[in-house]
Amino acid sequence: MENIRVNLPLDKEQLKTLRAGDTVLLSGVMYTSRDAAHKRLVACLEEGRPLPFDIKNQLIYYVGPCPASPGHAVGSAGPTTSYRMDAYTPQLLRAGLLGMMGKGKRNDKVVEAMKEVGAVYFGAVGGAAALISQRILSAEVIAYEDLGAEALHRFVVKDFPALVLIDSEGNNVYVEGPKKYAEPDTEE
Amino acid sequence: MRVIQAETIKKTIYDLILKASYDIGQDVYNCVKNCAECEKSPSGKVVLNQLLENYDIAARERVAICQDTGMCVIFIDVGQDVHIEGGDFTETINDAVRAAYSDGYLRKSVVRDPLYDRVNTKDNTPAIIHTRIVPGDKIDILVTPKGFGSENMSAIKMLVPADGEAGVVKFVVDTVKNAGPNPCPPIIVGVGIGGTMEMATIMAKRMTARSIDTVNPNPKYAALEEKLLEKINKLGIGAAGIGGSTTCLKVNIETYPTHIAGMPCAINIVCHAARHAHAVI
Repeated sequence: MENIRVNLPLDKEQLKTLRAGDTVLLSGVMYTSRDAAHKRLVACLEEGRPLPFDIKNQLIYYVGPCPASPGHAVGSAGPTTSYRMDAYTPQLLRAGLLGMMGKGKRNDKVVEAMKEVGAVYFGAVGGAAALISQRILSAEVIAYEDLGAEALHRFVVKDFPALVLIDSEGNNVYVEGPKKYAEPDTEE
Repeated sequence: MRVIQAETIKKTIYDLILKASYDIGQDVYNCVKNCAECEKSPSGKVVLNQLLENYDIAARERVAICQDTGMCVIFIDVGQDVHIEGGDFTETINDAVRAAYSDGYLRKSVVRDPLYDRVNTKDNTPAIIHTRIVPGDKIDILVTPKGFGSENMSAIKMLVPADGEAGVVKFVVDTVKNAGPNPCPPIIVGVGIGGTMEMATIMAKRMTARSIDTVNPNPKYAALEEKLLEKINKLGIGAAGIGGSTTCLKVNIETYPTHIAGMPCAINIVCHAARHAHAVI
């Protein structure tokens, strides 16, 4: 399988060419956010306050990294399960967000909003956290430091390995993949 | 009577937390390796090989296998001939957690209130402690840091006697099917059958930490473990949930006598970062 190189922030034209199941290498800047930070980001939008970063064309990675040990830019940093962010994601997409990265299923409202704005949902391998952290060159907390592990970080990454889980047309690896390998249950 | 110092307990738990967080068990490592060789999906093979590389990096560099270093669950069996001196039992355990999560660069993932006041305690305390008093003069400690990607996909159902084996099979397979990619497959499924509601869940948790090279000593339940494993792997969910033949590494079942009217069944799922470490003082 050949990896497709994707630069961050994202380019809407390139996203149109990505298909569910494609493997990609991400390079550039991404932002991190999970449950508690999402709640605050959406509160900003609802109250008309500025977000802590310019969200246009950006990718948000759902992660709460471990603290960095000496000699490392960041601690282990694998994806968290994405469905917990479903309640907030459509609003962020409509505010300019073009990509999310996490693991696990998304609900229909998220997929509809993705199709509407041409966004892509990427996946990193859950639990491959030490491996992933080696592709993160720098990590800096830019907001919500009080949230501890859930603070909002800016990561600079190079060749970060990911998979297109749901593409901009709504094709979904989690639906198509298992269908190919499911075996009938013969005993009944 | 044997005197054991609280400090000894603290040091032991501290070491176990770090060991569990960095070093995957040989049983899980070998099983993932075998599965990587047999996996039918090319993408699934890539994922399983990444997991093996990840285990290697974590062990070599002394970093966490997974960033969700979990809530610290501790099973502690205290011999009735032991006298603990030099500190409060619960505080000693929490001191060990506090020190290990700080010194070991592990993520602090605990909030002080579940609903209204979700503020991080910043030291990963309190631990979840399950204590039993047992014969003897030793203390047996099992530390199992539990991530919540898989914890959130766990379930309990109060089955009734008429549900029988078919009821257990349906509940377990449906739970794993509905979880799909969320608990980070390949998973290990701990199942507790019998007892009362809370007993079933505690057994299920304990079974997520039983070696996957072992089977239930009762041949009927050992056969049920095998049957469940086969059915789950036929679902096609695969490693990382993207489709494949490796969804589950092992199903471990523990049982307990139960009431004439009931058959509680609890399922606790743990991901491939199945972290646990054990010691006897």
